[in-house]
Amino acid sequence: MTPEQPRARASDRPSGSDHPIHFDGQLVAFAEDLRSEGVAVGTSELIDAVGALEHVGWADARSFREALATTIAKSPEDRRVFDLVFERFFFRATEMQAVRLEVSEPQTRLGARNDDSEEVDLDELRRQIAAALEDASESDLRDLAKLAIAAFARGEGSGVLGVDVQRIRRALGLRAEPQPDLPQDDPRRDGTDRDQLRRFEQALRRELERDQIERTHDLPPKRPLSDLARSLPGGPVQDLAAVHKVVVQLRRRLASQGHENRGHTRHAHVDVRATMRASLQTGGVPVQLRYRPRRPRRPELFVLCDVSTSVTSASTFFLSVLHALHDAFRKQRSFVFIERISEVTEVLQRERDFKAVAAAIAKNAGVADVSGYTDYGRVWSEFLAEIEDELHPRATVIVLGDARTNGRPPREDLFAMITERAGRTYWLNPEPRLYWNYGDSVISVYERYCEAFECWTTAQLEEFVKVLSRPTVR
Amino acid sequence: MPVTPASVQEVEGGLREVGYLPGPSTALVSFLATKLGKPVLVEGPAGVGKTELAKALSRYLQRELVRLQCYEGLDEAKALYEWNYRKQLLRIQTEAGDTGWDKVQDDIFGASFLLERPLLTAISSPDPVVLLIDEIDKTDQEFEAMLLELLSDFQITIPEMGTVTARSHPVVLLTSNNSRELTEALKRRCLYLWLDYPALEHELEIVRLHAPGLPETVAHKLVEVVQMVRELDLKKPPSIAESIDWARALLLLGASDIDPETFRDTLSVIVKHRTDLDIVAERVGVRLAAPAQTA
Repeated sequence: MTPEQPRARASDRPSGSDHPIHFDGQLVAFAEDLRSEGVAVGTSELIDAVGALEHVGWADARSFREALATTIAKSPEDRRVFDLVFERFFFRATEMQAVRLEVSEPQTRLGARNDDSEEVDLDELRRQIAAALEDASESDLRDLAKLAIAAFARGEGSGVLGVDVQRIRRALGLRAEPQPDLPQDDPRRDGTDRDQLRRFEQALRRELERDQIERTHDLPPKRPLSDLARSLPGGPVQDLAAVHKVVVQLRRRLASQGHENRGHTRHAHVDVRATMRASLQTGGVPVQLRYRPRRPRRPELFVLCDVSTSVTSASTFFLSVLHALHDAFRKQRSFVFIERISEVTEVLQRERDFKAVAAAIAKNAGVADVSGYTDYGRVWSEFLAEIEDELHPRATVIVLGDARTNGRPPREDLFAMITERAGRTYWLNPEPRLYWNYGDSVISVYERYCEAFECWTTAQLEEFVKVLSRPTVR
Repeated sequence: MPVTPASVQEVEGGLREVGYLPGPSTALVSFLATKLGKPVLVEGPAGVGKTELAKALSRYLQRELVRLQCYEGLDEAKALYEWNYRKQLLRIQTEAGDTGWDKVQDDIFGASFLLERPLLTAISSPDPVVLLIDEIDKTDQEFEAMLLELLSDFQITIPEMGTVTARSHPVVLLTSNNSRELTEALKRRCLYLWLDYPALEHELEIVRLHAPGLPETVAHKLVEVVQMVRELDLKKPPSIAESIDWARALLLLGASDIDPETFRDTLSVIVKHRTDLDIVAERVGVRLAAPAQTA
């Protein structure tokens, strides 16, 4: 798929056929690498992988990779991590071999050049690269990246690869947005395809890294995958669509959640009537017992969502959660709050589109944002006043917020009243547990009355969902 | 005579011949499944051709397809085997009182009183079959656990009769809509295949195959629109089956172009929710009206 893999295997294979242990060792090392990134690779799966490799041709990079993937990565999330680790592992393996054998690639950098004669050429080059980018394959991208580095990466670089990559991209004048001030025939005028641009940046990064290895004759320390790269399809370009894609999946989970762990209580009650009916088939002998079906709990939800400035980074996430919850639970009332609360149930019911919801809430949710600081005490009292009669033991209250009171009284007595009336109360805190109770965070005061969860990734959210739809024992 | 493929290319060609255009990794995984004798867990959104793959494989390999449709509350009696109570009762009643218990007991737990359900059928068939366990995520975890014996050793234990071992090795496909996490134990025993919505060219090829009479420009535009619609946040994005349906509908109507009007009239073929209809009509309809933007 990418140009490294043929080389990666080229360097592994000869030794693999002479000393079979060598290649197996590589595969085990690869599995170790995957395990360190949290993919559970069992020994039986490795055996399968080796078995599968016996049946596919290694000459094709794609089959090699797919054969490994199908035996090792068993979910879309694992597959994503697998791809990233695969790239990293075989890139490093190849470079390691190259350093050992002292192979260096020719023409990675143009030597000394006289700048004045090349200014014009560079502009032409920019245009050519942009034009070639439109339909470049992976190996073309690699060549383009090399070309761009040779032409635009002057000097030793900043030492930080990400910075260098962005500098080269800017030097090329590549942007995803249309650039109307460019001449008509310039390929960059309508903006470069976002995915293509991302792939180009990856190629740049790889080539820069290769350069660096060649210069220093050593491999840089291995960087663990970041949460962002592993969880969201689309890698570094994190946008709303990506967040929402994950939430859509969550929505499906929510809808079916609680269906699978009912086994131990399923046989609780014999349905006498149905059993008698069934026994007619066997001449009145009740051979088959019929059980009363257990209905899944359909929780009634009250959701309070903090949209103040201290949770700005998390509020997009929270709003999409709110949005997804609304689709899954029929009986839900939603509130947003900063200093005061405001009900947004209707907005969420009316608008299907998430962006419209976010805009509507931002514009006229009427949260009376005087100071922009959360006032939990006031929120509780207003919530109680509005909802007191409707809270009942079957209701669930969920608070999405960071419990930062800005020095105002937390009024946990009011919060206690809410939790007392509601059946269950949960608190989702967008801050890592490490920061809880530091500064003006008073989560421990509220935690006495409810269950608090750390929630800033979709994985944590899923954990919470499991708790939420767990059938209650009554 | 069942076919045994020798290479990935053979599988790919074979699947194409029976009217299924495999994606990049589909042919490879199918090939490995026949070679390694391991079940394949196929996951992906609804309507990307998971079930269709099993059907195509059975046509290509010239094996019978045995299908087990899973649903909530599915149990052994409906998936594996069941004793035919009524026949057993009749047997006991027709016996005169002097037969002796031992004889009757041996008798009523014999093969002729056993009702074969799909899984038992699949492994006891003399010719190898393709076994499709559809929507495994709809069942309970207990059922999954019960499947483990079948999937790893291809045998089923019936207490009264002993262990039934497979006479032939079936190709097993399990499909899941990913609506719940399957157990690790099950995943370990399977090869994994993730099917996603196809890329533009691939889908175009599929549409061409299933609606050959459709003018090229219309087919191209159709696929572009469908891909555009999938980008939107819909309750149910259109599947491949729906784009084929749409292509056929357009063929019937004799449409020579997808203009905003045709689009509005036939929209309900690909979008099945009221709220979704509004979103699509608004977003895509506008873009169709301004043809420069559709490219």
